Amino acid sequence: MKRFTIPVLLVSLVLFACESDYQKATKERVAQKKAEVEEESKVPASERITLDNKGVGPIKNIELSAQIDEEMVKRGMELFKTNCSACHKVDKRFIGPSPKGIMKRRSPEWIMNMILDPQLMVEQDRCAKDLLVEFNGAAMANQNMTEEQARDILEYFRTLE
Amino acid sequence: MNKLKIKIAIFTAAGLLLAGCGGEINKGKKSNGALSANVAEKVYIAPGEQDDYYAFLSGGYSGNLTVYGLPSGRMFKEIPVFSQFPTSGYGYSEETQPMLNTSFGFIPWDDLHHPDISQTKGELDGRWIFVNGNNTPRIARVSLSTFETEEIIEIPNSAGNHSSSFITENTEYVVAGTRFAVPVPQRDIPISDYKGNFKGALTFISVEPEHGHLDIKFQLIMPGFNYDLSRPGRNKSHGWFFFSTYNTEEANTLLEVNASQNDKDFIAAVNWKKIEEYVNNGGGEMVTASYAHNVYDESTHTATSTLKKEVLTVDPTMVPGAIYLLPTPKSPHGCDVDPSGQYIIGSGKLSADITVHSFDKMIAAIEAEKFAGEAYGIPILAFEDVMEGTVKSGGLGPLHTEFDNNGNAYTTFFISSEVVKWKLGTWEVVDRQPTFYSVGHLMIPGGNSRKPYGKYLVAMNKITKDRYLPTGPEMEHSAQIYDISGEKMELLYDFPTHGEPHYAAGCSADLLRDNSKKIYRLDANKHPYAVTNPADARVERDGNVVHIYMATIRSHFTPDNIEGVKVGDKVYFHVTNHEQDFDVPHGISMIGAQTSELLIMPGQTKSFLWEPKRVGVWPFYCTDFCSALHQEMQGYVRVSPASSDIELSWTVGGDLGE
Repeated sequence: MKRFTIPVLLVSLVLFACESDYQKATKERVAQKKAEVEEESKVPASERITLDNKGVGPIKNIELSAQIDEEMVKRGMELFKTNCSACHKVDKRFIGPSPKGIMKRRSPEWIMNMILDPQLMVEQDRCAKDLLVEFNGAAMANQNMTEEQARDILEYFRTLE
Repeated sequence: MNKLKIKIAIFTAAGLLLAGCGGEINKGKKSNGALSANVAEKVYIAPGEQDDYYAFLSGGYSGNLTVYGLPSGRMFKEIPVFSQFPTSGYGYSEETQPMLNTSFGFIPWDDLHHPDISQTKGELDGRWIFVNGNNTPRIARVSLSTFETEEIIEIPNSAGNHSSSFITENTEYVVAGTRFAVPVPQRDIPISDYKGNFKGALTFISVEPEHGHLDIKFQLIMPGFNYDLSRPGRNKSHGWFFFSTYNTEEANTLLEVNASQNDKDFIAAVNWKKIEEYVNNGGGEMVTASYAHNVYDESTHTATSTLKKEVLTVDPTMVPGAIYLLPTPKSPHGCDVDPSGQYIIGSGKLSADITVHSFDKMIAAIEAEKFAGEAYGIPILAFEDVMEGTVKSGGLGPLHTEFDNNGNAYTTFFISSEVVKWKLGTWEVVDRQPTFYSVGHLMIPGGNSRKPYGKYLVAMNKITKDRYLPTGPEMEHSAQIYDISGEKMELLYDFPTHGEPHYAAGCSADLLRDNSKKIYRLDANKHPYAVTNPADARVERDGNVVHIYMATIRSHFTPDNIEGVKVGDKVYFHVTNHEQDFDVPHGISMIGAQTSELLIMPGQTKSFLWEPKRVGVWPFYCTDFCSALHQEMQGYVRVSPASSDIELSWTVGGDLGE
């Protein structure tokens, strides 16, 4: 029996030593993350400027023309009324944030990804996650928009200064 | 160490003993008809996996159709057809009440028996499924895209609509035959005048190819027999339809005895193409009738009911060469046609044998004008001239036959509780398996078409007894699934069904899966009371009628605070679901509303009536757990006295965010 005991103890000691190092590193990472979170969350998600963040989803890159396309705006406004206005009001904060001035806070890609796949965004995008918490856990509905439709809505948002 | 070795030896020995015991137990179980592990695997659909086949089981007296998966036997949906269904509001909502209208007024129920899936060139095409209502004769068409009932047509001059609702092989017609002979037209005569005066109407309902809309093309006014079941000809026999009959004695009392006197009744062979031609050339007599035709429009989400006033009837003696009677022993029940269209199988339910007629022999006898007699001017062919073979099964009470894709037929035997497998052409019995208990219909997916999928067979039983945990005197009926891919049938699984299944229809999952609708598009919603923009949500008063135009999305109603409603008002809630995501319905119910809740699919509008009887502030709420904030999805209506002068007003959110 003794022959067995000694190696087992040695292995245990080695394991404990490893765990200590690992725990230390983890602790540091957690602390660092916590500091970042505390820094960020001082500003409510709805007021944060995240123009560099393209979000997660099908839209990787959008080039906006200098001129606003009025036909797209018209279509986008109609789509917004039917599919979005139950929760988003232009003149006020409602179930979700107002789209007014959104182009100054969010990238075009982030906006379209949020329209096209809100569930994925809430799972993987920091800002989307914080917005969900800020707006009482009212998850944004996926309205099954096509990329073209989401692009029209984005064009309409460009007119909401 | 020696001790250890001994211990190991003891454990090993015990293990062997245990394994030995296990083997014995398994063997014992197998001989009792239970499953070995590899059989269980055949019906096991792992979590997240899907079944290979859809099965649509009739609900009998539930009035509804149920959707199952095979081989798992899991029930996916109950589709309301002839019965009010509070789960969705079908038959309760303002939009769907007209679906249950008849010439007798609103009828909230029927007895649904025989589903049949639409076909093109004799193969299932998965567009629609047709079903019959027995009691107040009706035929319904159910969409296999929305899995909703889209159309119901009442059948005049018919009673006990049983030899229905089977389709021709390009879905040209859905056919509805009367079980009970009745006076045609209905009139006040002694019941004892039955013989010669009562008639049996066989109704051919045309199916418009694009939308499936139903219209009675003609009714064949046959002798007053009982028309029990029917099947279309296919392939070479396409253009014919076959109906089994009993009570050719034309008894009007104690049929149990009096309708079993004749040694043979008939299978009636109807050349519908010939009659169609006769009718297209102006033949037939238009007579006064009264029957409802109810159509549900997917874009308005609303049904309309029209009362029709006349129907075209055809006297069979006026179309010579169109109808023949094939003598068939012992009150035949099932009347089934094999995938090639060559064999017509009559199951004499009071017999031990199954009679097989040959289509080719029938045509030869007709061409040779070899008639054995006539009934009311309709030629009777000689039994010997049309009969091709007899299956000597040794079972008792054959009822129904289905087919696989390898030249085999499978017949249920009610009295001896079994399914018998036999070979087409040689008529030899190759296998038999017990059912539990007293089997009625059976179903092989595609079994009533040119191309059956010969993998599974479902036997639907009339008696359950000890198959499941007892639930009082009334139990759901049992069904059994058999693997029929091998030479011998193998019992795989046993599952309870809903209502009383009679016939069923099944098809490959691939035929329907991708066409199954996920949402209704909000921009295609043409409901007159829809609000497609929440800014248009409002409340309007017209005398004492109040219309609430309401929108819903996770997780609020617009509006959710309504004032100015009075006792004695008729308040209509018209609720549009603004979700456009798959499987996000919202529900609504109002305290004191004398109707069901509504379950509204994404993009859909539904309405219900509430007649407030008491002053107060009354809540309504979402009945479907729609989101994390579902419990917050609620609102109030303030009800004032009838004499009140409070103006109508409505809000949502009040000063939220202002």
